[in-house]
Amino acid sequence: MIMQFVQTIYTIWQREIIRYIRAKTRIISTLFQPIMFLVIFGVGLKQTLAAGNFGIDFVQFMYPGVIAMSIMSTAVFSTISTVWDREFGFLKEILVTPTSRIAIALGKTVGATTIASIQALILLVLAPFIGVKIGIAIILPLFALMILLAFALSGLGLLISSLMKTTENFGLLMQMLIFPMFFLSGAFFPLTAVPTWMGAIAKINPLTYGVDAFRQIVLGNQVAQSVLEGLAINSVIADTLFLVGFSVVMVGAAVIAFNKKA
Amino acid sequence: MQNNYMSIIRVENLTKKFNGFVAVDSINFTVQKGEIFGFLGPNGAGKSTTINMLSTILAPSEGEAFVNNFNIQSERDDVRKSIGLVFQDPSLDDQLTAEENLRFHARLYGIPDDDFQKRKKEVLELVDLLDRKNELIRNFSGGMKRRLEIARGLIHYPQVLFLDEPTIGLDPQTRSHLWEYILKLKHGKRMTIFMTTHYMNEAEYCDRIAIIDHGKIVALDTPDNLKKSVRKDIITIKSRSLESVKKELQGISNIKVREKNESLYVEVSDGESFLPKLIKQITSPIDALELRKPTLDDVFLHLTGRAIREEEASNKDKMRQHMRMRRGHN
Repeated sequence: MIMQFVQTIYTIWQREIIRYIRAKTRIISTLFQPIMFLVIFGVGLKQTLAAGNFGIDFVQFMYPGVIAMSIMSTAVFSTISTVWDREFGFLKEILVTPTSRIAIALGKTVGATTIASIQALILLVLAPFIGVKIGIAIILPLFALMILLAFALSGLGLLISSLMKTTENFGLLMQMLIFPMFFLSGAFFPLTAVPTWMGAIAKINPLTYGVDAFRQIVLGNQVAQSVLEGLAINSVIADTLFLVGFSVVMVGAAVIAFNKKA
Repeated sequence: MQNNYMSIIRVENLTKKFNGFVAVDSINFTVQKGEIFGFLGPNGAGKSTTINMLSTILAPSEGEAFVNNFNIQSERDDVRKSIGLVFQDPSLDDQLTAEENLRFHARLYGIPDDDFQKRKKEVLELVDLLDRKNELIRNFSGGMKRRLEIARGLIHYPQVLFLDEPTIGLDPQTRSHLWEYILKLKHGKRMTIFMTTHYMNEAEYCDRIAIIDHGKIVALDTPDNLKKSVRKDIITIKSRSLESVKKELQGISNIKVREKNESLYVEVSDGESFLPKLIKQITSPIDALELRKPTLDDVFLHLTGRAIREEEASNKDKMRQHMRMRRGHN
């Protein structure tokens, strides 16, 4: 029983990975977006912000946020492929097999988590080329947090895809959820001095916690402590705890929704 | 009841309602081991709904059904292990190879890897795809995909194979080619096959056919018996002196004569024994005689008063081809 449960998760996971590796254009396009953000915003806003005594290079400021963003888009879109599977009959093929629905949902989530983490790892490797220094010591905790964020957002993605019937609503989803989550996560500007309503939205946005934790870890040994404190919202520990809680709730809800729907 | 142990599917008053609309209306039938059992009817008659219930995808509203002696509601996993399925719409992952698709499926059925190697060869050989096993599905033709789906449906050694409109969206040549494989399964493996179709000529391959219309089974028998039940053979007579032949025919009882397109159509219950009689009695010159036995089309028309409309199907086929193309971009 347990063997078959694990085997199912592994099988679903492996399919996601094979599809990811084969879709070369997808890898390139999902890497292109964060790099484009860094280059265009980084270079474009550098001079403007230099006048404001920001105390930090804008590319350095944005880099952790862009990684979090990249994790978000990869995780959400990998799990949303479930809707494609449903539309094209492949999900039906999975659902007539004598397997646990919970294992299928977990396999999807773990698959998306893996892909999003690989994507983040590639961006981490690229850091020195865009002028961001990464110390060896921070790689492990940073990567662990990346996996955690990827897991939380994969859960969110699967929950959404379990509630969506067709691929028609993808555009709406992008505009109503993904873009606001991007822009109100602190990836592009600090959330320490924003109006109350904006701060309130940012507080329930899981991406905010990911960006906040990444930024403190990446910039920890690069900028003055006072500058960092001015940017930080929560402690890294608090961010981590929030993300763990969010993961449990999201993955749990996604598994239930998937089980019910399927 | 005495041959209950022989029946692999048993359906009792099975009903499915969707928001008050009755898609399947209290149907009853049994399928015997080793036979090809066909569900024939127009689109929307309830064929796929029945397959979806028997394969545990859809819960019935009322009634019961047993597959391989397992209840489709309370013993779903046992039913799932007992059946292989080929869906109406393509359900392969076209970014995986043929072998990867099979392996994915086999693992979900808990088949050990060394068993898989053996079975993979066996089922791929059966559908002549062994040499294509490492190719991506996106490069497969519609017929090859169908064959691979059949191979996939067999790899866990099911007791019964469900084929939901197996030839839909395929060209006529590929269709008849696919039938060679289906018949090979029946004769070589003694596989029980439950299939749906709206193509009359394909229903001919079945051992028994249930004709379904508006969710109800209106007839269930062998194709031959169904056609006999219509009791109408049609004899076409062509003649230079049509009027005098017509006059002579009026003297014969128990026949119906129609004139259309310079020909006479005579409906009789037993064409073979009527033909010699006809030749003996008619003295006017006859240029040509043709005896046509009733087709399943005639049976459907006789039972429901309507013909199965082919254009409905072709519209749906077009949509399916479109889906296939879209899928290629996925």
